[in-house]
Amino acid sequence: MIALLVRDMKLAMRAGGGFGLGLAFFLIVTVLVPFGVGPESGLLSKIAPGILWLGALLACLLSLDRIFALDWEDGSLDLLATSPLPMEGVVTIKALAHWLTTGLPLCLAAPLFGLLLSLPDTGYVWLVLSLVIGTPALSVVGTFGAALTVGLKRGGLLLSLLVLPLYVPTLIFGAEVARRGALGMDAMTPLLMLGGITAGTIALLPFASALVLRVNLR
Amino acid sequence: MGSIWEYANPVKFVRTSEIVLPWVSVIAMVTLVVGLVWGFFFTPDDYRQGSTVKIIYLHVPAALMAINVWFMMLVTSLIWLIRRHHVSALAAKAAAPVGIIMTVIALVTGAIWGQPMWGTWWAWDPRLTSFLILFLFYLGYIALWEAIDNPDTAADLTAVLCIVGSVFAVLSRYAVNFWNQGLHQGASLSLDKEENVADVFSTPLYICMVGFGFLFIALVFLRTRTEIHKRRTKALLARERLG
Repeated sequence: MIALLVRDMKLAMRAGGGFGLGLAFFLIVTVLVPFGVGPESGLLSKIAPGILWLGALLACLLSLDRIFALDWEDGSLDLLATSPLPMEGVVTIKALAHWLTTGLPLCLAAPLFGLLLSLPDTGYVWLVLSLVIGTPALSVVGTFGAALTVGLKRGGLLLSLLVLPLYVPTLIFGAEVARRGALGMDAMTPLLMLGGITAGTIALLPFASALVLRVNLR
Repeated sequence: MGSIWEYANPVKFVRTSEIVLPWVSVIAMVTLVVGLVWGFFFTPDDYRQGSTVKIIYLHVPAALMAINVWFMMLVTSLIWLIRRHHVSALAAKAAAPVGIIMTVIALVTGAIWGQPMWGTWWAWDPRLTSFLILFLFYLGYIALWEAIDNPDTAADLTAVLCIVGSVFAVLSRYAVNFWNQGLHQGASLSLDKEENVADVFSTPLYICMVGFGFLFIALVFLRTRTEIHKRRTKALLARERLG
């Protein structure tokens, strides 16, 4: 399992692996928002938590089709399927690798981008906290979507259509934590809900992902 | 009378549906005509809402069906995954477009009613938002069916998507409740409540709900039969090409 994790991380970090692409996308979204809505810092600080969450979510979405596509093309997915590692384990490791290469950098970069959108001082801790707790759910749900569409040519658009509705609860609670944090309100309730969603998806969705991946490899 | 699983045999299903379909269609037509005509022309105008209240006869049954169709798809998806009956998977496939149309009817009639009543076509109210999310789920489900060539793979993948989607749809419903306060009125047909829709309005409404239910059953029968026939034609053509 660890070998698979290391391999996936290495592949993602190498040139052409797309590491940093999500981060760059996140940066561009953040930079474009003030052009779209105007540079007043009052308005920006009001919408900053939501925009940052949305940007992180879209950046996550962008890299989803990489989870299985390359392994599918060169046949290493078949090898993984016949390896002694259960499919559920493969899927979980893939999701973890995706989070480490996409979600974690986003969490670390978010405060910097918050600066650009004049996020209020009280918001930073909550923003990072909500992203750290919420983005694993994005990776796990995204892995399910990627497993569903792995066999399809041009599955990218369909992948977004399938995954985005599944992101709704995570986005609602995550953005709510960041918003309440920025306003200096108590954000414990949505934070716990967010944690619940993440824990639930990590516990249950790998089974569904493994099931659909087996169907796709049939 | 054998077990219900007999109808998992496509031949048996087609034969039975041939007998049942005309009856169901007629019942659907009669109840819909009676319910809608009664509702539109023989109920008084509401003293505050005027005649716009009458859109309820389309709105409520459509919304009811939109949710129940998804539930039916969930059940048939589970049957497909557990017992591998092809009719079940095809019924789920046949129901999805009906469900999405019901969702659209509910959303559109709601908007038409909301414009004069709330002064807006759309508000980010929990109920409205949940229906929009339900619409997206239907869209994804249908798109996945369309995208995959192999019918068995498509049936498997969509069934899993339907089950996972159901969980997330319920989650979204509660998340949305948490996220914003509602503008939409609460349930007004509950059995245990003091304040309900007045009887003059509710009787034709119940008839319309039954009518929409039968209409859905008739459409699903029809569409499932079409799917079975389509698959049989495909198989025959393939055999012909081989022979």
